[in-house]
Amino acid sequence: MVATNGQQPAERTGSGADEQQPDTQRKVNRVVIRFAGDSGDGMQLTGDRFTSEAAAFGNDLATLPNYPAEIRAPAGTLPGVSSFQLHFADYDILTPGDRPDVLVAMNPAALKANLGDLPHGATVVVNTDEFTKRNLKKVGYEQSPLESGELDRFTLHRVAMSELTKGAVAETGLTRKEAERCKNMFALGLLSWMYHRPTENTERFLREKFSGKPQVAEANLLAFRAGWNYGETTESFAVSYEVEPASLPEGTYRQVTGNLALSYGLVAAGRRSELPVFLGSYPITPASDVLHEMAKHKNFGVTTFQAEDEIAGVGAALGAAFGGSLGVTTTSGPGLALKSETIGLAVALELPMLICDIQRGGPSTGLPTKTEQADLLQALYGRNGESPVPVLAPRSPADCFDIAIDAARIALTYRTPVLLLSDGATANGSEPWMIPDVEQLPDLRVDFATEANAADGSEEFWPYLRDPETLARQWAIPGTAGLEHRVGGLEKLDGKGSISYDPDNHDAMVRLRQRRIDGIEVDDVEVDDPGGQARVLVLGWGSSYGPIGAACRRLRARGMSIAQTHLRHLNPMPGNLGEILRSYERLVVPEMNMGQLAMLLRSRYLVDAQSYTKVAGLPFQAEELETVLSDVVRGAEL
Amino acid sequence: MTTNLGLPTMGGLDGVPTTDEEYSAKDFTSDQEVRWCPGCGDYAVLAAVRGFLPELGIKRENTVFVSGIGCSARFPYYMNTYGMHSIHGRAPTIATGLATTRPDLSVWVVTGDGDGLSIGGNHLIHALRRNVNITVLLFNNRIYGLTKGQYSPTSDQGMVTKSTPAGSVDTPFNPVSLALGAEAGFVARTLDSDRAHLTETLRAAAAHRGSSLVEIYQNCPIFNDGAFDVLKDADEKQRRLIQLRHGQPVTFGPEHERFGVVRDEGGELRVAKLDETDERDLVIHDAHRADTGHAFALSRLGGQDLDPTVTGVFRDVDRPTYDDQARQQLDDAARQRPADLQQLLTGRDTWTI
Repeated sequence: MVATNGQQPAERTGSGADEQQPDTQRKVNRVVIRFAGDSGDGMQLTGDRFTSEAAAFGNDLATLPNYPAEIRAPAGTLPGVSSFQLHFADYDILTPGDRPDVLVAMNPAALKANLGDLPHGATVVVNTDEFTKRNLKKVGYEQSPLESGELDRFTLHRVAMSELTKGAVAETGLTRKEAERCKNMFALGLLSWMYHRPTENTERFLREKFSGKPQVAEANLLAFRAGWNYGETTESFAVSYEVEPASLPEGTYRQVTGNLALSYGLVAAGRRSELPVFLGSYPITPASDVLHEMAKHKNFGVTTFQAEDEIAGVGAALGAAFGGSLGVTTTSGPGLALKSETIGLAVALELPMLICDIQRGGPSTGLPTKTEQADLLQALYGRNGESPVPVLAPRSPADCFDIAIDAARIALTYRTPVLLLSDGATANGSEPWMIPDVEQLPDLRVDFATEANAADGSEEFWPYLRDPETLARQWAIPGTAGLEHRVGGLEKLDGKGSISYDPDNHDAMVRLRQRRIDGIEVDDVEVDDPGGQARVLVLGWGSSYGPIGAACRRLRARGMSIAQTHLRHLNPMPGNLGEILRSYERLVVPEMNMGQLAMLLRSRYLVDAQSYTKVAGLPFQAEELETVLSDVVRGAEL
Repeated sequence: MTTNLGLPTMGGLDGVPTTDEEYSAKDFTSDQEVRWCPGCGDYAVLAAVRGFLPELGIKRENTVFVSGIGCSARFPYYMNTYGMHSIHGRAPTIATGLATTRPDLSVWVVTGDGDGLSIGGNHLIHALRRNVNITVLLFNNRIYGLTKGQYSPTSDQGMVTKSTPAGSVDTPFNPVSLALGAEAGFVARTLDSDRAHLTETLRAAAAHRGSSLVEIYQNCPIFNDGAFDVLKDADEKQRRLIQLRHGQPVTFGPEHERFGVVRDEGGELRVAKLDETDERDLVIHDAHRADTGHAFALSRLGGQDLDPTVTGVFRDVDRPTYDDQARQQLDDAARQRPADLQQLLTGRDTWTI
C-alpha cells in the first residue's frame, strides 16, 4: 500500500488470471501467499525474503506476519504454527489480503491451522516429508489429508522438501539436521520460480547473513536454487505466474516495516530538530524492534538505554528531555500502564517527550504477538487528574515515518508529551515506501531560553510564562546561566512556577493545560467520496485504514456510494471533523476494540456513530467490512 | 564479547564547567520558604549542602538536584540550582537520563528511606549497579514522614506505627549493605548532626566518578523522634561510633575503653577490646578494594541497634561508568560512520518508478 491521490482502482476479489496467456505462464494482477510452518522453520525469514523480492520487482505489497508468543512452542503442534502472509500486485493495494491464493505448509499443523482460510481452488504446496503418522497424530489427523480427499477442492502440490533439500546440500558436509534446516530456502526458491521473482538480492542476502559461516551460506544458496530448479523441471508445476510491476507514483521506493519506519522517523526528527535523541525503553513485544533499530544509529547522536523496567525507560527519557534531548520511550499496552504516572509528570512539567505504544491484544499480558486497537482510551485518559496529551496513530507501516515526525513537531512546538499509537499489524507489516528527500522534511529546530523573562521586571526566569499563541512555556535547560529554576509534579503558580495550592490558580492551570493541547494545529481530515453522492461515512483510525479502504473500493465497484475518512489525530481531533460527521446520514466506525472511538465521537459530536468491532487479534478482512458496510449503505437507501 | 574501553580515571566533576566566581551558601539558596517541621534533620543537611557546594568551584547553573516524593524530596525547591521534584521513587531514572546525555552537569539525587528503598528500590539498585555518574543522598529517618507516620523499609522490627498498631513484622534493610550488594562504587554513611563529617563525606562523594550513595541518618522529630539519639549523646556516641578512615586500623571507643575490629578465625569481623588485642590483628580499612567483601563485612558490624554504628566511606572504587561508556560508543560511531540521513533512509534495496 502506498499513499496515492485521486481515483483508486477497485480491489480485485479474485486472482484475476488472464485467459489470453499461454498455459505455461499466466499473468495475474495480484496474489496472496501464506508461508506456514513450525515456529522454528524460519517462515518469517522466508516471507520477509519473498517480500523483498516482490519489492525489488516493483510490485505494490502488504504483509501480515502472524506468530506465537512462545519462542519455540512444541514442534509440530497447532500452537507452534508461525505464518507470514504477503499480498503483492501490479496496482496499489491496501491490505495483506483476506484469503491466501497459495498456502505453503511445511507440516500437518501448518496445513490444519490455515486450511480454513483458503478459498476454493487455492494452490497448496506441502512438504510431504513432514506428513508422518506421528506428526499427523499430533494435530488430530486420523488419516493423512493428502490421501483423504479433503484437499480435492485445491490444487495440491506434494513436494518432498526435506529430502530434496538434504540431497541438494549434501556436498557441503553439513549434518542432516543442519541440512534440513535449509528447507525454508527450498520453499522460497520454488515460490520464487512460480512467480518469476528476481533472485539476486536473496542470494546476496544469504551470503551476507551467513558471512561468518560459509558452509551454511553455501547450503542455503544450494537449497534456494534447488527449489527454483525443482519448479522449472518438474512437470507438476506446469504453470508459473507473472505479476507485473505496479504503476505507483513516480519516485524511489524501498520496503519498510512499521517499526523500521518509526525508528527512521525518530532518527530523522532528531536530525531535523538538531537535538540528540534519547530512547529509554524496556523490551516488550511488539515494540522491541524499535529499540534494536535505534541502537544501530549511534552515529546520528541517538542514545538508547535499556532500562530496568518500563518506568525507568520513560523516567530516563524525561530526564534527558529536561536536559535538552528529544526524549523518547517505546512500549506496548502493559508498559504504557506502568509509564502513566511519569507521563502525568511530563504533563505537569510541560516538557516535550514522545511515547510510542505499539498496541497488542489485552487486557493484561493478553496476546503479545497479536494486534488490537484497545489502548485508545488508556492513551487519552489513562492518567490521574486532568492530564491531556496529544495522541496520533499511523494508518500503515510507511506512515509511521511521517507520524513520528509529526509527533515530534507537536511535542517540541507545544512542549508536551505526545502519544503515538501504532499496533502489532502496523509494526510488523511491511509495504513499499517512497523514500523522502530529507531536505523536504519539516524544520523542527527549537529555541532554548537564554535570558530572564520575569513579567515583574526582575532578573528572574519564570518557567511557566507562556507563548501567547501556542501557550507553550520556555525550555530552559541546565547549564544556562541565570535561568536556574525548579520544576515538579506539584501544582505550579501560573507564570512564576513556584509551588501553589491556590484554588483559583489550580483551576486556571488545569484549563491552560487543556487549552494548550486543544489548540494544537492539526490538519483537517479529508473525505474520500468519489461521486459525492454517499449518504454513509465510514471512519476509522490507525491500521484499519487498509481493510476499510479495500472494502470501500469493493462497494464502489459494485456501484454503491460510500464515503471514507480516517483519523490520524485522536487528540486534538481535526477542526472540521464535527462538520463532516454531521453531513452524512449514517456513520460507521469499525475498530479493533469494543467501540472506544465511537464512544468518543458520540459524546463529543452528538452523532449516532454505529460501531463495528472485532477483537480477534487479527486485522479486519476487507471481505467482512464489505459485508458490514454494504448492509449499512443498503439500509440508508431504503 | 567485552570491549575494554580504556577510559582514564576521572573525578566526579570532570567535564563540569568551573568558575572563578566566589559563591557563598546564599547563592545556592532559592527564594522558597523552607517548610520542614521545626527540628527536622533535613535543615542540617540543607545547610551543609548549601555551605559545601561553593567549594566545588563548578558553575551553579551546571548543578541539578532531582528528587522523588517525601519530606526530603522538597530539597530541590530550596536550592537555587536547576532542579526537579519528580514522582515517588523515580528520581534515579530521571537522573540517569540527564547524566547520560549531559556530561557537563553535576547531578544529585535526594531521596529517603521510603522513596529510595521502598517504592524506588529497583531504580536505586540499578542506578548503583549501572554506575551512572550521580550522587545519591539517602535521608534515612526510618519512618514515613510526609504520609504521617507509617513504618518504612528501615524501621525497627516491632515498631508500633499507624499502619502497624501491633508492631512491624518487616525485616529492615541495611542501606549500606544493600548498596554494596548492588555493586555501588562509592558507599558512605554519615549523620545529620555532625556537620563536619557530613561535609567531608559529601566532598568525597562528589569527587567520585560514578554512582555514589551517601546514607544520612536523619532525625524525624514528629514521627520517629530520637531514633539516632544514642549517636548524639556524648558518652554513647564515643562508645558506639566508628568513623572509617582509609588506610587506618578500625578502632573506636572512649579513652579508657578502646575497641578495635579484628577478623576472627572464621574470617568474620568482630569487635574486640583493644588492650586485649594484638595490634597486628586489627583490620586496616581499605576503601579501594575491588571486591565488596571487606566493605560488606564492615557494614554488617553495626545493625539496626546502632551498636556499633559504622560511618565514613565504606567503599570508594573506580570502575567505568555507564554514561562515559555510552557517550564513548556514540563518539566512536560518529567517527566511524558519517551521519548521512538520506543514505540511511534510502538503504540498499530500492527500486525506482
